[in-house]
Amino acid sequence: MSGQNGHPGRAMTDSTTTTVAPPVTGSGRIGDSPLRPDGTLKVTGEFAYASDLWHDEMCWGVTLRSPHPHARIAGIDITEALTVPGVWAVLTADDVPGDNAFGLEHADQPVLASEFVRYEGEPVALVAADHPETARRAAKKIRVDYEVLPAVTDPRRAMDPDAPAVHRPGNLVRHLKLRRGEVDPVAPVVVSLDFEVGMQDQAFLGPESGLAVPAEDGGVDLYVATQWLHVDQRQICLALGMPTEKVRLTLSGVGGAFGGREDLSVHVHACLLALRTGKPVKMSYGREESFFGHVHRHPAVMHYEFGAETDGTLVYAKSDVLLDGGAYASSTNAVVGNAGTLGLGPYRIPNVAVDAYGVFTNNPPCGAMRGFGCVQAAFAHEALMDELADAVGVDRVEIRQRNGMREGDRNITGQIIDSAAPVAELLQIVRDLPMPPPLDPSDIRALPGAVGNTTHGEGVRRGIGYSVTYKNVGFSEGFDDYSTARVRLEMTGGEAVATVHTAAAEVGQGLITVEQQICRTELGVERVVVHPKNTSVGSGGSTSASRQTYVTGGAVKAACEAVRAAVLERASMGLGRPAADLRLDGEKIVGTSGEVLASLGEVLGDDAVEETVEWHHRPTHAIDPETGQGDAHVQFAFSAHRAVVDVDVELGLVKVVALDTAQDVGRAINPDAVLGQIHGGSAQGMGLALMEEIIVTDGHVRNPSFTDYLIPTILDMPPMQVKVLEYADPHAPYGVRGVGEPPTISSGPAVAAAVRDATKKPLRRVPIRPEHITGT
Amino acid sequence: MRVTTTVNGTEQSVDDVWPGESLLYVLRERMGLPGAKNACEQGECGSCTVYLDGEPVCACLVAAGQAIGREVVTVEGLADGERLHPVQEAFVECGAVQCGFCTPGLVVAAHDLLARVPSPSDLEIREALAGNLCRCTGYEKILDAVRLAATRQARP
Amino acid sequence: MDFLQPTTWAEALTLRAERPDALPIAGGTDVMVDLNFDRRRPGALLDLGRVAELREWGADDGRIRLGAGVPYARVIEDLGAQLPGLAMASRTVGSPQIRIRGTVGGNLGSASPAGDAHPPLLAAGAVVEIASAARGVRLVPAAEFYLGVKRNALEPDELIAAVLVPAAAGPQQFCKVGTRNAMVIAVSAFACALHPDRGAVGTGIGSAAPTPRRAPEAETFLAGELEAAGLWESRGELPETLAAAFGERVAAAASPIDDVRGSAAYRLHSLAVMARRAATWAWNDYRKAA
Repeated sequence: MSGQNGHPGRAMTDSTTTTVAPPVTGSGRIGDSPLRPDGTLKVTGEFAYASDLWHDEMCWGVTLRSPHPHARIAGIDITEALTVPGVWAVLTADDVPGDNAFGLEHADQPVLASEFVRYEGEPVALVAADHPETARRAAKKIRVDYEVLPAVTDPRRAMDPDAPAVHRPGNLVRHLKLRRGEVDPVAPVVVSLDFEVGMQDQAFLGPESGLAVPAEDGGVDLYVATQWLHVDQRQICLALGMPTEKVRLTLSGVGGAFGGREDLSVHVHACLLALRTGKPVKMSYGREESFFGHVHRHPAVMHYEFGAETDGTLVYAKSDVLLDGGAYASSTNAVVGNAGTLGLGPYRIPNVAVDAYGVFTNNPPCGAMRGFGCVQAAFAHEALMDELADAVGVDRVEIRQRNGMREGDRNITGQIIDSAAPVAELLQIVRDLPMPPPLDPSDIRALPGAVGNTTHGEGVRRGIGYSVTYKNVGFSEGFDDYSTARVRLEMTGGEAVATVHTAAAEVGQGLITVEQQICRTELGVERVVVHPKNTSVGSGGSTSASRQTYVTGGAVKAACEAVRAAVLERASMGLGRPAADLRLDGEKIVGTSGEVLASLGEVLGDDAVEETVEWHHRPTHAIDPETGQGDAHVQFAFSAHRAVVDVDVELGLVKVVALDTAQDVGRAINPDAVLGQIHGGSAQGMGLALMEEIIVTDGHVRNPSFTDYLIPTILDMPPMQVKVLEYADPHAPYGVRGVGEPPTISSGPAVAAAVRDATKKPLRRVPIRPEHITGT
Repeated sequence: MRVTTTVNGTEQSVDDVWPGESLLYVLRERMGLPGAKNACEQGECGSCTVYLDGEPVCACLVAAGQAIGREVVTVEGLADGERLHPVQEAFVECGAVQCGFCTPGLVVAAHDLLARVPSPSDLEIREALAGNLCRCTGYEKILDAVRLAATRQARP
Repeated sequence: MDFLQPTTWAEALTLRAERPDALPIAGGTDVMVDLNFDRRRPGALLDLGRVAELREWGADDGRIRLGAGVPYARVIEDLGAQLPGLAMASRTVGSPQIRIRGTVGGNLGSASPAGDAHPPLLAAGAVVEIASAARGVRLVPAAEFYLGVKRNALEPDELIAAVLVPAAAGPQQFCKVGTRNAMVIAVSAFACALHPDRGAVGTGIGSAAPTPRRAPEAETFLAGELEAAGLWESRGELPETLAAAFGERVAAAASPIDDVRGSAAYRLHSLAVMARRAATWAWNDYRKAA
């Protein structure tokens, strides 16, 4: 692969369909793919997830939730519930000792509803009992007197001045206004369309769980599956009215997250019950409760318009995006930020008008999910780009390449893209990848409908779709985004051992492997122990926004450098040479010409060298409230997909036969884990395009189960060809670029485009259901 | 209710079982075997797959009493002491494990598949594992792992 | 909640009569979901898993007697030749794990309109064998067994002993639409069976009415047209227009609703398509078998 814009290019290929050999793991430094340190525990069933936690004398907590999307609570009677044998506590809003409010950006959500419930499933009361069934039975005996209120469940209606207010003063969470270039641009070719995106669920497999253990100092220790220990701790402390030193959190095994664990779930509830009963309390949601227990991806209603020259060169773009935030703010503000500032895609557009809105409704709260505002917008800008290509008679890939961003361009907020932006190259790569073999009707498992035996080839048309998208990495718009790492180096049993301690959540993505790789690389040691993740070290920031390898990786690197400097300083004193002339190489101190001067063991003796570093990424800035202009983001990550689908156009059933992708990751710290992120992220995007939707009618969730909320099975996912580019970002540690989210953003629009190509139907809403294709 | 069953070769008895409990609950909360996972409790994800009398089943859908006197093998019972079963080994080596919540169920399902079909085609693997949802991997590396395990098991 | 665990059929029937509050459980694939999701709390569970007779099947005078406790996996493995429609449907049930536990008897007991076994049983003309301690055995044709959404013809003291299914005398097909390519509940389903021995056509519709049901007019129509054109004997091609007209008549027999799984209009449309295709495939199989 040739370099782009002067960057040394490195391409890595993986074609997995014939792989039978295990990956080469190398020495476990960056660029290798060492085995996960938790892999053996996970395949033997010994890894302790939050729902596996157990404690002597433990009791079980359950939550009573509102059946109404909007109601006033006239009274709660817990008398009967308290009489159930085996019940230890029944709690309501009156039992919340601190602020009865939490929230990621605004503390607007009650720990337990007091006066109003604002969505179906809102927690109202808690029970602790010695068996979960006892607790469930007791919860059913709590009498809540609801006065049902009119619910606002259409986000468009929520914007009306006369709509009932979900919160005071009104239902608008954020209006992001972005204007750039001419006020009323004109263009010879204009295309405009409306789009809708349904509500997607993270559907992590490990339901929300935690164990709260009351401590002798009157505080509480909480073991919980989460994405960000310190933001949890801050909110729990406020609700409990306790100082941080009394509320200690430890990350337990996390069964996936994808944004759905950024907000609190069992956290405060389990602590309240533990403190009240004086016993350890475990709370563990079932699948149905999980659908009510976390925020979802915002559904979107969008209107887009592109104006272009007759050759397809964009003159202007306009978008109007409305995101349904549901009953509480969660991270709606930031999701609107992304849908607005990034929502026109990775294109050069001189004139822009964007209005992105987030509103309150009485629907389920929506917040973070992989792709965060970019996913919804991508369905719109990519479909409209195809429309424009067809209108001007230019090939669909070519029009994207023609308009694609390049390094040095300004994006729509006026920010200069100051590292690689290989839009055209990514598209070229996916276009040039081998196509899947033609339809083979001999095995129904390979056909749309599979063993459902709905076609033997009849009605099947093939379609191809392309998509290219981009996303910010890390937190934006002026947020002080950082991570903390503590690294300790010592000799144990004659061997150098590094211990790395961060609070950054491992949720399955492989951060712990990356932390080890960085320590090995920087310190030259083989053995690296990953300390349990807890709040006894500073914040690691959120495991979201594709940011941990960048930010916590940066922190670990910086802490290692500090440790190395301290070791060399010690060596310098002992050896009588300036530290600047010394290097740490393996477990040796060497001089300028590589001569070994001392062993690490000699320098350290029985001492440990430990350094803690708080590492911040480059500052970002708020955008101008009137124009939306500003350097809002720290880094951008680009990816492209090509989807090939076989569609039974008569029945509207789809089989994705290829989902191939190219992505620039800056530097693959762990190439195997990079592929894992790309495969899994692509599957989630495909799921939204074809099947995944929480169906909400009048504020009621109608499919809170894995029977009716469908995620892709292994028969739905095609083999993938993945090409990874490594154009180092000179501003990022090791040149890394966030990996996790881009594939979720570009895969769905490519699948939708391929289905449109096969069916020749407009299909402006995702997920595309069979009846949308058949028109019935 | 008392439930006595042979789990991973050892007979175990537990008392005071509520008859509405599933085998999954009994294994996880009463017998100290949390390997089988509780992801959906409706047979739609396969995370709780265990062997019951030699057949892979969803432990969440077996009533505790139905397991009385039966042979249960869980993911905890597949390794030979410290030595991983080839299927487990392949899952680790191929990167088929991310969050790992689906892994115990997939390992048991793949173990069963390879015991019945030593060299499955990709479509056979896909049909056999279609009852095991994974949200992290997109299944690519799971297929790799099953292929690798099949290759290794084929060697004498 | 009690746990009742009979080991003989007679004991099971006695317990059923004594405990009207007991919920029979076989493979558990429906019952345990209701328990886990806190939807049902019966006074007792009546576990039929230890009744050996229920797990047997045998051929008897051209009919297969399928014990109520035979799991789908065994139907697929053992009965693909005799009961091809039921075997095809069984292959679409849930996941491999579900097919190992779930039983045809359980499908009948739950009587969900979406149960996968129902359409092929209807198309084949199956009869449900019901028993009680007090009144012994009675036989109810499948078409009369389903009374409403999740309601069937069982009296409170009765259990399903077996289902009697005529061994296929001609080709059978089963099609099921779901919005995912595996492990999915039917949005709509259709089964057809050709009975060349008696010049008849059987049908079964799933997920498109309050109960599984046949499409009698479509059956009569297709059998009549085949007869009139002498196609049963000539084994000539099935005219496309005839297949399509059959499909329309199948759809006309349904009365579906809109729900989260699909729209009523889509269910009607998909039934027409599936019936057309299934009839064509079955007919082609019939031609090849000559």
